[in-house]
Amino acid sequence: MTALPAATGKKLGLVIDLDTCVGCQACATSCKEWNTAGYSAPLTDEDPYGSDPHGAWLNRVHAFEASDGIASQTVHFPRSCLHCETPACVTVCPTGASYKRGADGIVLVDPDTCIGCKLCSWACPYGAREYDTSHGVMKKCTLCVDRIYNDHLPEEDRIPACVRACPTGARHFGDLGDETSAVSQLVAERDGFDLLPTLGYKPVNKYLPPRKRRDARQSAPAAGVETAHATGAAVERLFAWVDRVLSR
Amino acid sequence: MHPAYSVILFTTASGAGYGLLVWLALASLFDWTPIKSASGFTGFGLALGLITAGLLSSTAHLGRPERAWRAFSQWRTSWLSREGVLAVATYVPAGLMACGWAIAEDNTGIYALSALLTIPLALATVVSTGMIYASLPTIRQWHQPLTVPVYLAFSLASGAVLLTLFLALFDGEEAGGAMLAFVMLAVAALLKWLYWRRIDEEPRDLTAADATGLGRLGTVRVLEQPHTQANYVMREMGYAVARKHALKLRQAVFLFAFAVPALLVLGVFEAAPWIGVAAASLASLSMALGLFVERWLFFAEAQHVVTLYYGAEAA
Amino acid sequence: MNEPAIDLSQSPADEIKTTTCYMCACRCGIRVFLKDGRVRYIEGNRDHPVNKGVLCGKGSAGIMQHYSPARLSTPLLRVGERGSGDFKEISWQEALSIAAGWLGDVRARDPKKLALFTGRDQSQSLTGWWAMQFGTPNFAAHGGFCSVNMAAAGMYTFGGSFWEFGDTDWDHTRYFMLFGVAEDHASNPIKMALGKLKKRGVKIVSINPVRTGYNAIADEWIGIRPGSDGMLAAALIHELMRTEQIDVPYLVRYTNAPWLVIQSPGSPDDGLFARDEAGNPLVLDKATGKLASALAAGLTPAMSGAVALADGRTAVPVFQLLAERFLDPAYAPEAAAAETGVSAQTIRGLAAELAHAAFKEEIVLDIPWTDWRGERHERMIGRPVGMHAMRGISAHSNGFHTARMLHILQILLGSIDCPGGFRYKTPYPKLAPPFLKPRGKPGDVEAGKPLPGPQLGFPTGPEDLLVDAAGTPQRIDKAFSWDAPLAAHGLMHTVIANAAASDPYPIDVLFMYMANMGWNSSMNVPATIAHLTAKDPATGNYKIPKVIYSDAYFSETVPYADLILPDTTYLERWDCISLLDRPISEPDGPADAIRQPVVVPDRDVRPFQDVLLDLGSRLKLPGMTNEDGTPKFPGGYPDYIVNHERRPGIGPLAGFRGKDGTAYAKGEVNPKQLDQYIANGCFHVHHLPAHMRYYKHANRDYITWAVDKGFRITPTPVIFQLYSEPMQKMRLASLGHGSNVPPQRHRERVHTYFDPLPFWYPPFEDASAADYPLFAITQRPMAMYHSWGSQNAWLRQIHAANRIYLARSRGAELGIADDDWIWISSPLGRVKAQVRLMDGVNADTIWTWNAIGKRSGTWGLADDAPEATKGFLLNHLISELLPASASGYRYANADPVTGQAAWYDLKVRIEKAAPAEQGETAPRFEPLRNPSPRLRGEGTQAHAGTQGDGR
Ligand SMILES: Nc1nc2c(c(=O)[nH]1)N[C@H]1C(S)=C(S)[C@@H](COP(=O)(O)OP(=O)(O)OC[C@H]3O[C@@H](n4cnc5c(=O)[nH]c(N)nc54)[C@H](O)[C@@H]3O)O[C@H]1N2
Ligand SMILES: Nc1nc2c(c(=O)[nH]1)N[C@H]1C(S)=C(S)[C@@H](COP(=O)(O)OP(=O)(O)OC[C@H]3O[C@@H](n4cnc5c(=O)[nH]c(N)nc54)[C@H](O)[C@@H]3O)O[C@H]1N2
Ligand code: SF4
Ligand code: SF4
Ligand code: SF4
Ligand code: SF4
Ligand code: SF4
Ligand SMILES: [Mo]
Repeated sequence: MTALPAATGKKLGLVIDLDTCVGCQACATSCKEWNTAGYSAPLTDEDPYGSDPHGAWLNRVHAFEASDGIASQTVHFPRSCLHCETPACVTVCPTGASYKRGADGIVLVDPDTCIGCKLCSWACPYGAREYDTSHGVMKKCTLCVDRIYNDHLPEEDRIPACVRACPTGARHFGDLGDETSAVSQLVAERDGFDLLPTLGYKPVNKYLPPRKRRDARQSAPAAGVETAHATGAAVERLFAWVDRVLSR
Repeated sequence: MHPAYSVILFTTASGAGYGLLVWLALASLFDWTPIKSASGFTGFGLALGLITAGLLSSTAHLGRPERAWRAFSQWRTSWLSREGVLAVATYVPAGLMACGWAIAEDNTGIYALSALLTIPLALATVVSTGMIYASLPTIRQWHQPLTVPVYLAFSLASGAVLLTLFLALFDGEEAGGAMLAFVMLAVAALLKWLYWRRIDEEPRDLTAADATGLGRLGTVRVLEQPHTQANYVMREMGYAVARKHALKLRQAVFLFAFAVPALLVLGVFEAAPWIGVAAASLASLSMALGLFVERWLFFAEAQHVVTLYYGAEAA
Repeated sequence: MNEPAIDLSQSPADEIKTTTCYMCACRCGIRVFLKDGRVRYIEGNRDHPVNKGVLCGKGSAGIMQHYSPARLSTPLLRVGERGSGDFKEISWQEALSIAAGWLGDVRARDPKKLALFTGRDQSQSLTGWWAMQFGTPNFAAHGGFCSVNMAAAGMYTFGGSFWEFGDTDWDHTRYFMLFGVAEDHASNPIKMALGKLKKRGVKIVSINPVRTGYNAIADEWIGIRPGSDGMLAAALIHELMRTEQIDVPYLVRYTNAPWLVIQSPGSPDDGLFARDEAGNPLVLDKATGKLASALAAGLTPAMSGAVALADGRTAVPVFQLLAERFLDPAYAPEAAAAETGVSAQTIRGLAAELAHAAFKEEIVLDIPWTDWRGERHERMIGRPVGMHAMRGISAHSNGFHTARMLHILQILLGSIDCPGGFRYKTPYPKLAPPFLKPRGKPGDVEAGKPLPGPQLGFPTGPEDLLVDAAGTPQRIDKAFSWDAPLAAHGLMHTVIANAAASDPYPIDVLFMYMANMGWNSSMNVPATIAHLTAKDPATGNYKIPKVIYSDAYFSETVPYADLILPDTTYLERWDCISLLDRPISEPDGPADAIRQPVVVPDRDVRPFQDVLLDLGSRLKLPGMTNEDGTPKFPGGYPDYIVNHERRPGIGPLAGFRGKDGTAYAKGEVNPKQLDQYIANGCFHVHHLPAHMRYYKHANRDYITWAVDKGFRITPTPVIFQLYSEPMQKMRLASLGHGSNVPPQRHRERVHTYFDPLPFWYPPFEDASAADYPLFAITQRPMAMYHSWGSQNAWLRQIHAANRIYLARSRGAELGIADDDWIWISSPLGRVKAQVRLMDGVNADTIWTWNAIGKRSGTWGLADDAPEATKGFLLNHLISELLPASASGYRYANADPVTGQAAWYDLKVRIEKAAPAEQGETAPRFEPLRNPSPRLRGEGTQAHAGTQGDGR
């Protein structure tokens, strides 16, 4: 059903820390690995060993440079479905294959009813929908819906594959609808932000901004105490000080 | 946006078809031409043929055409679904009217009523086609008040040009048809001109900084794409046409979709019937060419906001 | 709202098996999900000491490595010319008897005519031991072109190094400096650590010409000029000394700072330590005013001032020489600023921050411990400064001395093996340097006899070098000769060129394992290929007569070998990550691990280790053959792993030893050992008690334990060698002292670079590069492993081609725009590539991702794969030799002390390519034909495989 749920029980989503992400791609490949055999199976690779290798991935890691010159910053930027609260990708779907779950707000595509009209991908501002040519249907991040409730996995592993793999711990998963949750508090502390808020899709996923950089030049003045009493060449001064230290 | 030929064909052909359908309905209501079987088969054959061809070609765009029927279910929210429903619904009165005209050679009573019903349904179908695009907040060029009127105007204008040909063929009020076509072409031209002026003038105020939320750090530039080869999103939404190339094509649109047909349809006045037919036919062909270019540009000039993640400076 | 019903609880696996990842050398623990007989998913093992559950981008793509279309499928014998790719498929019986024939012949005549070099080998304790039993001195793995500068500098300075030798105390450190690291071997651990530091708000400083990856998230990025880190380190030392912020008591306790150095220019012991009769180094005890053994307890040694020795000569403490060296204005921040491009103010600031972290944020753990002198300490004082360095330091011709200076910086701050500082991982620390001499001197090598000891070690003087009376190198790679006296890891990068030139002597069989020497791991690739195919005009035979190679995949090197021994993939074999090798220990305790086969090979391939042991028994090598001539390890590698004993009670695996599996490190063979490893997740960790976890270099209880377990030989402390006597001994030889002196042509070079105190000099190419103004370096992509990632259908989508990255400012200056194509020229030739402008790169530097460029036809890829048409290597521009020296002799392009390949010394010039030249990279080599007829065209089947994994 493409009518959006009036409200969702939970607002499950990801919080991605741009201050910590090193762009290692683990979230992208572990996502590919889990999902090519999971709910979205298969995630087709086109021409995998040929001249134009590309395929369906539900998570992609960009790298941007911000600002200019030496003051600039490199930011690695993983991008997947943001499980928006009011996403047009759902309402434009003519078949109801694209829907937002009432229970947890996860936005899914039903691979059995999708006709592959691609309109939802046109409606997504975040490029989160990937058309699978071999399968003829639309694929997208499922928030690992087939992991997070999976009784076959131990409790601690009922989290998205990308979150479990992330070596730096830059990815966090939880209920952003509950402001007491760890993720919500993280977002509050680090003033997490929405992507393209003006479009009104109300993304559930949040991004944490890079922290302010720290410049050693500020510390320079604090540099050591020129010893007033000792005189002579630097070496003599040092030796005198060392003797004092040792005779203490 | 990548201009998919199936979609271009669909929107142009069925658009013209619905336009012609509307005019035929009026023709039948106001007896612009004798209600004869021959003209009936030709007129509705043409109109419904164009519509059906369009609808069929649109399914070529689907990954799972065999499931196309599912698209009728979401009319509550989806303009694409509504379009499907209306398109099919239109066949009912249109079909009845067609039978009246072509078989019963009658345009009264129930047939008049079906003609009356056909007009709003056909127009609604064209409106929902326009709305599919106009309703997308992700594409500034489409998400604006002129998109739907332009679709309507083009549908009616192309329909009117075909109507002129039709009237010329079946000794109807071709002069009236020509006037109608002329006026509709002028209106369409005006609307399209306004549309282009608007998309040229409207500032592209979204940048990579907004897309990434990194504006606080300054100008944002792509350092590394996620993958070395283009992905689906880049192939589908990444298509862009060079500005000066686009301007040339816009001129072509004015020439073939407006100027040439407008002049040609005037050729039916006081001319020997065969000249009128020839003029109207040429007008139709020129219109078709112009329409195709216009629709190609409609996509090629549309920039999707997602391009900001892939190197576009603004959208 | 009726949502489709979906099965949220599908079983992801029929069976889950643990093993160890091999997508890189980090060796993380993995859990492999098997479904319907195929690998369905691989995740990190949460219990594993290395990765604690996480998995990197490569590890998560392991499936596609295992199902690669480039996998070799059967032994191959060359029938056409080398490089033609004309092979015939043969049986293992045939392959093994051919190999045994070739090798037996060599061993019977002259074992050193076998060169066994094993690249990315993770079983060096087996391969090295095998080569030793064979009797050839010509063995090494990839360390020589990798990071021996770091390793050797560390071992000679403090008996450890970074990576498997030791790590920062991530949970306590308060300041972290990362020198020249893009990814490193500790791939996941570093990532996890950076995450921890971020959580704790610890300042991370990146010293790197390029700002990507780890360096992108640093709180401060310092885009240093390549090759100048030594200068920066020296300036930091200068500042810390000038501002009197060094840990003096620490220096007295744990270093040779107070040791007296003989000052007697011209005499044969000038610059050596003054010693007593027992050979103990002397210090001046200020309490008594007398000379005393540095090892005696309760001294207050003098740290400066000339001292009269018994024989009347004078000596001064090491610390005085050190201070004089580094307080010299040549190392003042202003001087350093000129060389490094880092402002003097920043250098001062960094010094201040280091000192602040070390001394103002001191960490105290209330854990009593006893030092080697028997002195009990109530608490552990931490100097919470962390550092990590890798090939940005290592891969330069001044890397050894630079790395020494970094370690001395750590030592002056008192931050070695203390809370918050650097921490050793067992079996380290070892003596600085370890007591292990390289074998292979004249006389060590005898027909039909094993070598008396291992090939690789740590010379402490000219007498330990592998040269004859004339000073001629005894190893094919010239390791441990005057060319590279401290070549602790050998010089794999020189083997092919030397062998082709019969310099120092011709070899008969070149036996390689797991190294793509025909491509990305060689300097000057065209020359390397020429060497491999060069023939002796007289005989018409190849100059390198026989080449045996074990690879698992169709790499660029395969077509240049005569006999191919196809290996399994990492999911198909047993392996042993041994403490006798390069272990995976943690600071809190030693660890080792195994690989177990989780899937059965579907091809006619065999694990290389099995093959080696099989050959060993065919050659009747000692240790691999019983008295009755039968194979000692009929069960192959797993048999060896369990039953081989290096020393009584000590074998490849330290865990679960003893009959019942309860003994650790030392104990009888346990037949159930592998089962117990598997039951434990394929690894074993031994946890050290709290009081042994720090100060391992001086911690009595730790040292006693380590000796008892066989990790250390002698119960002696590890005293940090700020001043290196072995270096001075080499220098003395260069002055003509002693019986083993370098030939004239080497003397000046040895004298210059064997300075007992580290110093900075510009990388060799920098000097000679007026018309090549830019440094050209490479970086490891996190989602690619050298050449072998490109056959991986997922990883290659991320890096199918590589750009050359250039500073936006420099681009503007040269009129080069984004996406332009440029020629990159070095004295060796030129390479064409496409430009990507960026801000985060030093303006004198261009760089690219390493090993993305591929040769057409290889790796199971289409001939027009982007890797070949839009990818490139800088290797074609890197000379394997330095320009001729005064004597006309050409040294390897390497560090003069260790022989470490100087990849990052490369200097280049760039110019725009003509419009007609755009669109493709250059040079393009002849496409290589797939060596296996059966393999040709497997690409498409494997494509189905890609999908297959989806179902
Ligand atoms: N994903 C992945 N991981 C790997 C590998 C791989 O291929 N892929 N390879 C493994 C191997 S064999 C090795 S040896 C390690 C190497 O691990 P690293 O040393 O991290 O590998 P490199 O990419 O050589 O990193 C060199 C870094 O030093 C910088 N650099 C270059 N010159 C200088 C300099 O003069 N000063 C400073 N401060 N920095 C400099 C470069 O910009 C680069 O960031 O990685 C191992 N891990
Ligand atoms: N320009 C430039 N060149 C460099 C470097 C650089 O930084 N810049 N780095 C240098 C360094 S540090 C290193 S370590 C080298 C690394 O270079 P190499 O040691 O050549 O590493 P790989 O390219 O991974 O090649 C390893 C070979 O082992 C094969 N292989 C993979 N798995 C298996 C297996 O399970 N069994 C067997 N038998 N074979 C297998 C692969 O197919 C491949 O042919 O590159 C060096 N080259
Ligand atoms: S796994 Fe973590 S660190 Fe690596 S790219 Fe993804 S978010 Fe960034
Ligand atoms: S990110 Fe895109 S696909 Fe995901 S919910 Fe939002 S609009 Fe839909
Ligand atoms: S592609 Fe599938 S999910 Fe997307 S709108 Fe069309 S039918 Fe719905
Ligand atoms: S939540 Fe699951 S599907 Fe979504 S990006 Fe992460 S791994 Fe992929
Ligand atoms: S770092 Fe990655 S590739 Fe290397 S061993 Fe660990 S998981 Fe495997
Ligand atoms: Mo390496």
